[in-house]
Amino acid sequence: MTTAETNIEYEGESLKKRLDKAMFASRRRAFLLVLPLLLFVLVTFVAPVLYFLFQGFYDPTFSRIMPQTSAQLAEWDTVSEPDEAMYAALVADLVDARKAKTIGKVATRVNREKAGTRSVFTSSARKAAKLEAPFKEALIDVKKEWADPAIWEAMKTASNTWTLGYYANALDYRQNADGSYRRQDASRRVDTEVGFGDWSFTVNLGIHQLLFLRTLQISLMVTVFCLLLGYPIAYLLATLPLRTSNLLMILVLLPFWTSILVRTTSWIAMLQSQGVVNDLLVFFGVTNDDGRFSLIYNKLGTLIAMTHILLPFMVLPLFSVMKGIPPSYVRAAKSLGATNWTAFWRVYAPQTIPGIGAGAILVFIVAIGYYITPALVGGQDGQMISNFIDFHMRKSLNWNLAAGLGGVLLVIVMFLYWLYDRIVGIDNMKMG
Amino acid sequence: MSASTPLVRFENVQKSYDGEVLVVKDFNLDVERGEFLTMLGPSGSGKTTCLMMLAGFEPATHGEIYLDNQPINNVPPHKRGIGMVFQNYALFPHMTVAENLAFPLEVRRMSRSDREARVNRALDMVQLGEFGARRPAQLSGGQQQRVAVARALVFDPELVLMDEPLGALDKNLREQMQYEIKHIHENLGVTVVYVTHDQSEALTMSNRIAVFNDGVVQQLAAPDVLYEKPENAFVAQFIGENNKLRGDVTALEDGRCVVSTASGHQVQAIAVNVSQVGQPTTLSLRPERVLIAPQPGSIDNEFEATVLELIYLGDHIRARVALLGREDFIIKVPNSADHVAIRKGDTVIVGWQSDDCRALDA
Ligand SMILES: Nc1ncnc2c1ncn2[C@@H]1O[C@H](COP(=O)(O)OP(=O)(O)O)[C@@H](O)[C@H]1O
Ligand SMILES: [Mg+2]
Repeated sequence: MTTAETNIEYEGESLKKRLDKAMFASRRRAFLLVLPLLLFVLVTFVAPVLYFLFQGFYDPTFSRIMPQTSAQLAEWDTVSEPDEAMYAALVADLVDARKAKTIGKVATRVNREKAGTRSVFTSSARKAAKLEAPFKEALIDVKKEWADPAIWEAMKTASNTWTLGYYANALDYRQNADGSYRRQDASRRVDTEVGFGDWSFTVNLGIHQLLFLRTLQISLMVTVFCLLLGYPIAYLLATLPLRTSNLLMILVLLPFWTSILVRTTSWIAMLQSQGVVNDLLVFFGVTNDDGRFSLIYNKLGTLIAMTHILLPFMVLPLFSVMKGIPPSYVRAAKSLGATNWTAFWRVYAPQTIPGIGAGAILVFIVAIGYYITPALVGGQDGQMISNFIDFHMRKSLNWNLAAGLGGVLLVIVMFLYWLYDRIVGIDNMKMG
Repeated sequence: MSASTPLVRFENVQKSYDGEVLVVKDFNLDVERGEFLTMLGPSGSGKTTCLMMLAGFEPATHGEIYLDNQPINNVPPHKRGIGMVFQNYALFPHMTVAENLAFPLEVRRMSRSDREARVNRALDMVQLGEFGARRPAQLSGGQQQRVAVARALVFDPELVLMDEPLGALDKNLREQMQYEIKHIHENLGVTVVYVTHDQSEALTMSNRIAVFNDGVVQQLAAPDVLYEKPENAFVAQFIGENNKLRGDVTALEDGRCVVSTASGHQVQAIAVNVSQVGQPTTLSLRPERVLIAPQPGSIDNEFEATVLELIYLGDHIRARVALLGREDFIIKVPNSADHVAIRKGDTVIVGWQSDDCRALDA
């Protein structure tokens, strides 16, 4: 039976082949239609992102500017005393780098591995041209730091063109010269309390770990607040008569049509210590003039402003799901003897889970990469990981570390997405 | 509490949604214990609204509804203890069939073992014993329908409301379900208030039918009475097929009247809704009560008709004839062994008993 079906032939061609042929034309047309968008996305999004992530693994600065030293370092076992040949190669490279005016880059690069080595490079390079063999003594004469194997270890680490060092750094681990890893120096770690009340415990975290943790915490809190505030609004929108609900919908969407910058800065006007909210609190005697609350330039400010800005992302998917739930379900529940409360919890709420899932993941993923609002209203403890990435992009110019941080963030988001898919199920999610 | 008082009583109930239009106007109805009462009427005539007021989902703007002699206008829906079957079934999609059925028992805090026993009994009643573990979406339309009926009955309500429960099913399944619901009603003795716009469904299932139009009950009667003795032109037209003849009353005596049609013919009829000579009226006449070539003199209305069209329908033949100035007069000729053979274009004598011809409102 099946063989007869699959072997149907028309003029020597199998049915399957003819179908493929027929489909090919329409597939090609569909492909050509999306081609412009595909190219646009490739050029403006995929390629830059991949290139940027690639920078987290690839840093040719040292090996390109200091080729002879790099060759020597590759042979070095990191344990034995650096020998004359290594010093000779270093001097030769220093001379070239100074001529090419690239010594600053090398100094910056090695300084990332071992702080305080910048001036060792710049000042030695200035004198390198005049040095004579034996170079080991001559160089140590110029700067005694050259006798320290640690600077050689730093150089060996920096000489790796392909490196996991930046990703390790993004997670507060440092790479050793022999390729192993150690934790970030104790001076760059802090004790942090994690959890709530009786369930809290202290962990010793590096600055990046702390920021990732805080970013997740803020995103989670914003998601929960958006859900708590958005659920009743979405319910009203879905159940009120059309005319009223349209008006309410405009109110929900109005902030959407206003620039984020405008909205964030108006929160500054509202929340600052001389702002509207504090003025009202003083006016009503909730607090006195000296006891004005710090509602902004801290984590609280970030939470308030982000919740406000991301609220529509929660309301809209919830609304569209609730709109699709016929009132007869709740009516049926009541006719079967359920109180309003039971009808809501047992019958209505479970049917809104796809909307909750969609809204929550939307808010969470937008929040986790949020940048402008924490930058403006976050102060010190309201900063998120994106603000740190921005810092390394524009201020410290350590793009490789920025790429590492971005890569880790991407992995975290994808992991959470996977987790969400396992627990809730992506196809359980409804955007509208 | 005596068995003689009606289970449900609507008393002068009115309903308006917008404060301008009365959707239900002065609605009075008694539903007797154990009866199957159908509200029948065209779409938009206020049937669902009446049912919703009874279930407690819409407040009446005027009047009072009694359940078991108690006024229930201020009783919330979940305390009325009325089972309900919705048009889209409203089976909870996130629960299995068994969980759906257990829901009304759970909210009544029934013990687990009692619950299971009742759920199984209800499932068996609708022949879905093996389907307890399925989700509603995994059932066919007819099966979902049965689950909805079982769920409305599982907590032993005295009264069950059904709002066009068969509207979404195809014709064969609909007819089968009509019988099933009717049998369940007969076996359990539960009171059913049923809403439909399908007259054959109403005729099949009901003890009594309330015909709705425009927010008013036009006639409340048993199916055969409704069909054979319609009290006004709307009911005559809405239930079954009907020939309409317009005319004026020229004589009125002893419950009988003579009506003169626009074509100048005199028709003998029963005076149902006419009270004086000179009044305009609509005569109602069922197509199967019109005889072709009757025994001369055996019948009090006889006229000449021309056959315009014949449609063969197997068990009977529909003939459209020109008669008394009208061209839409329908006659049903039963396909019996000795039926009169007619052909298109023939001129024949047709007639009917004046008892079958009712003079109603204009
Ligand atoms: N929730 C409502 N709000 C406003 N008007 C309604 C509502 N429900 C029904 N109506 C109106 O009331 C009238 C009767 O409706 P309904 O009771 O549903 O009729 P039926 O069930 O007989 O088709 C219709 O004109 C309808 O437009
Ligand atoms: Mg209706």
